[in-house]
Amino acid sequence: MALLEVKNLGISFGGLRAVNEFHLTIEKGRLYGLIGPNGAGKTTVFNLLTGVYKPDEGVILLNGENMVGKKTIDINKAGIARTFQNIRLFKELSVKDNVKAGLHNHYAYSTLEGIFRLPKFFKVEKEMDSRAMELLKVFGLDQEADTLASNLPYGKQRKLEITRALATEPKLLLLDEPAAGMNPNETKELMETIRFVRDKFDMTILLIEHDMKLVSGICEELTVLNFGQVLCEGKASEVLNDPEVIKAYLGE
Amino acid sequence: MKQLNKTTKSNLLTYGMVVALFGIMQALVATGNVSSLLKGLLVPLCAYIILAVSLNLTVGILGELSLGHAGFMCVGAFTSAFFSKCVADAIPFAGIRYLLALLIGAASAGICGILIGIPVLRLKGDYLAIVTLAFGEIIKNIVNILFIGRDENGFHFSTKDSLSLGLSPEGEVIVNGPQGITGTPQDSSFAVSVILILVTLFIVLNLIHSRSGRAIMAIRDNRIAAESVGIHITKYKLMAFSISAALAGIGGVIYAHNLATLTAQPKNFGYNMSIMILVFVVLGGIGNIRGSVIAAIVLTLLPEMLRGLSDYRMLIYAVVLIAMMLFNWSPKAIELREKFSAKWKRGKQKEA
Repeated sequence: MALLEVKNLGISFGGLRAVNEFHLTIEKGRLYGLIGPNGAGKTTVFNLLTGVYKPDEGVILLNGENMVGKKTIDINKAGIARTFQNIRLFKELSVKDNVKAGLHNHYAYSTLEGIFRLPKFFKVEKEMDSRAMELLKVFGLDQEADTLASNLPYGKQRKLEITRALATEPKLLLLDEPAAGMNPNETKELMETIRFVRDKFDMTILLIEHDMKLVSGICEELTVLNFGQVLCEGKASEVLNDPEVIKAYLGE
Repeated sequence: MKQLNKTTKSNLLTYGMVVALFGIMQALVATGNVSSLLKGLLVPLCAYIILAVSLNLTVGILGELSLGHAGFMCVGAFTSAFFSKCVADAIPFAGIRYLLALLIGAASAGICGILIGIPVLRLKGDYLAIVTLAFGEIIKNIVNILFIGRDENGFHFSTKDSLSLGLSPEGEVIVNGPQGITGTPQDSSFAVSVILILVTLFIVLNLIHSRSGRAIMAIRDNRIAAESVGIHITKYKLMAFSISAALAGIGGVIYAHNLATLTAQPKNFGYNMSIMILVFVVLGGIGNIRGSVIAAIVLTLLPEMLRGLSDYRMLIYAVVLIAMMLFNWSPKAIELREKFSAKWKRGKQKEA
């Protein structure tokens, strides 16, 4: 069974049909790309997958379990984590606290245990600290653990966002334009990071991207979205050479 | 580990500061260097500090501007004063009575916080500020029309006047509408109030540096991202808001048990009070708990020392508030500050 199976997904905003009859199947461990021209509905698909919007019709199956109608929080608990197109970090928190916020549901103690500093507080906080540092080390952010997130350079902020998403221990990671605003060197580094995440964490990744170098470099399969509809899907090399896709992207 | 030590150190400094100030004040009182006016101000000052710290939890940590904090103080003050007056004869031990009054004041204000928080926290920014302002006024006005009396048949309620309570000759009016509650046992003392400040600081600081505090601050910094990592928004918002309200209730209890007559006027429970507490928070630094304590002390004692300017107090507050906000947030001011701090750092390095 595929990890993620989306069938006949659709949503309208007023008279605008943003996503129509969208379908997607991702096997476990794949690096999957979702591409399409501006305004094609890619981010809307992400918002549907993470419960920000409720679809008008269709099903989203994660490991066979329907996610439609669930709240964002529950979908995250079920195993879908995401990053955002415009970086959304907890700016006034330290880098480490950002990751610890991601660990929120996995290392729990009650508020009272926190206020009265009961033994469980110290035990769990210590576990959280070591887990957070472990994750930060993987991404080379351990030196900046005590810096404020807003003081990180752009590329590292992107990395921190991925780290935070991974802290929630997802089965499926959604990356919304991870390379946006990056220079070619940073993009190259990011490609390695993404591949590394997939191998090290045995992660399934779905990413939206405009940078064709990145897409053709790391994505194994692609779905092309145009005007809210699936234009083409399949192996990356085939899809990128499809005349329909070239037409949608470059015009005739 | 280093991080933990840093926050622990900072917390200890805050507690130490309060204890040190208490010691100094006690020494001054003992040696007779404090005017009676100032002495009378000590207990209200403690109440203000608690209010400022608790409001900072809403404004600085949760990041929602609340203008109705005096309303929660009012709830705490009146429920506890009502309780204390009712049981003044039944429980002769002031300590136990006061402890129970504190619990009741905090609980009722906290419950009020939850009830008001459920609808209000759906709003954001200015809208939330205005609605909390309204709720603060509503609470104050409800208290003003409340008449409660007691006789051998039990309690009597009315919202008209004390006559319509229909009390028997032996009955007594406990809450007398605009005239408030008279004859609350005066159980508040400076020492106990300082202990309560420490308790408040303990609760707020430990909350901030725990899992729940992190969740609350994550929501403040980015609601959508917080939701995406599985943090329950409503739960933590309500938690912060109601804890803040309950602590304001404690401030109210201290305030009420220091007065012979407790009345709900704009000056003590209206929006003037809410704004004053907000001024403490803003001047002390939004999100800076120690700053709130210092600002509350300075801004309460300063006007007493500068009595001559008392007519211009609200005017000066307004100007200072605007100036501080500009200093804190205007891009130009931030630029200037960074320039100076860079210079200062360089100078320091040269010395070394």
